[in-house]
Amino acid sequence: MVAEDPVPAPRRPEPSRAAGERHVPEPTRAAAEQRPGSSARTRVVLAEVSRPKHRAGGTRTELTQQTRVGEALIHGLVRAQLALALQLSAVVMVGLGGLPWLFAVAPSVGRMTVLGVNLPWLLLGVLSFPFLVAVGWTYVRLAERNEQDFTDLVQRPER
Amino acid sequence: MGNDLVVPAIVAVTLLTLGIGFYGLRLARTTSDFLVASRVVSPTWNAAAIGGEYLSAASFLGVAGLILKYGVDVLWYPVGFAAGYLALLLFVAAPLRRSGAFTLPDFCELRLGSRRLRTLATVFVIFIGWLYLVPQLQGAGLTLATLAGSPYPVGALVVAVVVTANVALGGMRAITFVQAFQYWLKLTALAVPAIFLALQWQADGRPAVTPPEGPTFRTATTVVVEHRAVLTLPDGQSREVRPGDELTFAAGQPVPEVSGVTTGVTDWLLPSTAGADDRGLFATYSLILATFLGTMGLPHVLVRFYTNPDGASARRTTLVVLALVGVFYLLPTIYGVLGRIYTPQLLVSGQTDAVVVLLPEAALGAGTTGRLLAALVAAGAFAAFLSTASGLLTSVAGVISTDVLNRGSVHGFRLATVIAGGVPLILALNVAGLDVSQVVGLAFAVAASSFCPLLVLGIWWRGLTDAGAAAGILVGGGAAVMAVLLTVLGPPLTGWPATLTAQPAAWTVPLAFTVMVAVSLATRRRAPADVGRTMLRLHAPDSLRL
Repeated sequence: MVAEDPVPAPRRPEPSRAAGERHVPEPTRAAAEQRPGSSARTRVVLAEVSRPKHRAGGTRTELTQQTRVGEALIHGLVRAQLALALQLSAVVMVGLGGLPWLFAVAPSVGRMTVLGVNLPWLLLGVLSFPFLVAVGWTYVRLAERNEQDFTDLVQRPER
Repeated sequence: MGNDLVVPAIVAVTLLTLGIGFYGLRLARTTSDFLVASRVVSPTWNAAAIGGEYLSAASFLGVAGLILKYGVDVLWYPVGFAAGYLALLLFVAAPLRRSGAFTLPDFCELRLGSRRLRTLATVFVIFIGWLYLVPQLQGAGLTLATLAGSPYPVGALVVAVVVTANVALGGMRAITFVQAFQYWLKLTALAVPAIFLALQWQADGRPAVTPPEGPTFRTATTVVVEHRAVLTLPDGQSREVRPGDELTFAAGQPVPEVSGVTTGVTDWLLPSTAGADDRGLFATYSLILATFLGTMGLPHVLVRFYTNPDGASARRTTLVVLALVGVFYLLPTIYGVLGRIYTPQLLVSGQTDAVVVLLPEAALGAGTTGRLLAALVAAGAFAAFLSTASGLLTSVAGVISTDVLNRGSVHGFRLATVIAGGVPLILALNVAGLDVSQVVGLAFAVAASSFCPLLVLGIWWRGLTDAGAAAGILVGGGAAVMAVLLTVLGPPLTGWPATLTAQPAAWTVPLAFTVMVAVSLATRRRAPADVGRTMLRLHAPDSLRL
């Protein structure tokens, strides 16, 4: 059941498209590794989705018919995505939310200077922004991976 | 103030805005074009548009003014304004887009199937929208008054009329082009002068931002006081000043200590939470909570997400917005810091919000460079008023046309736009004394205590019921609204009551979440029967096309 299915290659890279192009109607999704704003964007097509609908197995029906299996499947996805979001917000809560507390309990940290700039100014005024973007980028990557795993599970041909 | 380039620059921005709007109007053919830009806006365009719409008067003028006035503690404003997009990305962006709702009331009905909850959400959308629109119009009035010497109502009137006409005629599609253009204009208008300012600071021999004796006047300066305050002169004398008083300082004279303003070196440079009482810490965390969680509840931010083609692109758009907004927020700090050196008179006059528009001429002199840069900054500031007001107006008008007038037609949308723009204009013309950044902060607090719990629980928790959602919005959001009204209209407070009402989020947000969960658990039977289907719709990957 879990054995690798050799017939349909799960992902097939497509020639890159220019950014800012109209949304294409076929089910495509950007590769998880894609960086925002980069013009050479690699889109990846799910081979399975491109095929006619009737080949796409019974799991899909389980989902749309709200059977127990379908409920459990979507439950799992929601849980995985929520856990990811909570983990990353914990990173921000510690990384940024901890700063006022740190400055309160250890005032000497607030007085430290780096390259002539006081540490709190450097941390809040400059470094917090790349930090937030890095967390967001990680989230998009991992959330898209979760969705890809779910899609693979649903699209897997029944045996 | 004698800069003859300011008015042409503002006129140029306004005409460009109208021009791009009419160009978009030629493309907008159907109702769908009008309302959601037919959902074909690419992530990059959409992200620039969201950024352009989001960076308001508070971001463009207010943040630098606050930094000039209070120092390091208020850096939490820009950090929070940016981090709000991260919270939006983590918890809301993709599922909300997949829900297919156009406005927050739509989301209420889709998820919980309750007309009454929809009405309640409509009231809050309109309240938050207007609370946010008033300071934009005020900012326009004050900026034009500062730079061109026009009477206060002129600026507010110009922005209100231009924006209402543009939204009513062009709708959202035109607005997308306009907003995207205005993001880049705002970034340029802060970045280019910032480079010149930094070079000037180098050329002046890098004067210390925080000299040990406190800020001093570099040139002989006459200050006209705008806000009542108590000044403490260097010889220890104190003197009360009223609006309209004129004070003259010689070059090299130290800036007097002003009540309510952080003039002392260490207070400005170091976090105030260090060694201070718990109130500073509470206010800081309250501000963090309001800005981190409030962004997702702002109606004009959400409405823009429906222009993404699907959930995955909504996510990518949000990430690009986070990056664009983050780049922008590096700049106001530079203005706030250099303002300590070049425009200390603003600390005395109380007009710190004007630091961004006055700094170029103050630092570079009234030569051609200084005047050109001042005009550029003024154009950027006007772009900020125009774009944020456009976005707010689009979303408030959308809600009014569908929920109050019950008309989905283009004509209904136009009528709603006029109503949505008229009310805040009347309010803005009558209240000139409100503090721009403070009101915007309060709008964030209301959004964080009403729509944030609704969205987060609605998207991630099956157990949410309509009764629970309504109770949470009424109690949490209602408490935040009360705090807003007390702060804006009530008597001046001191101590803890002042902190709790001026920065209410730290208690109203947990309150809203708690009430929403508790009432939902108590009314478990009311949970919608189709919650499983809704969850599937919100979370199933777009590529499955279920």
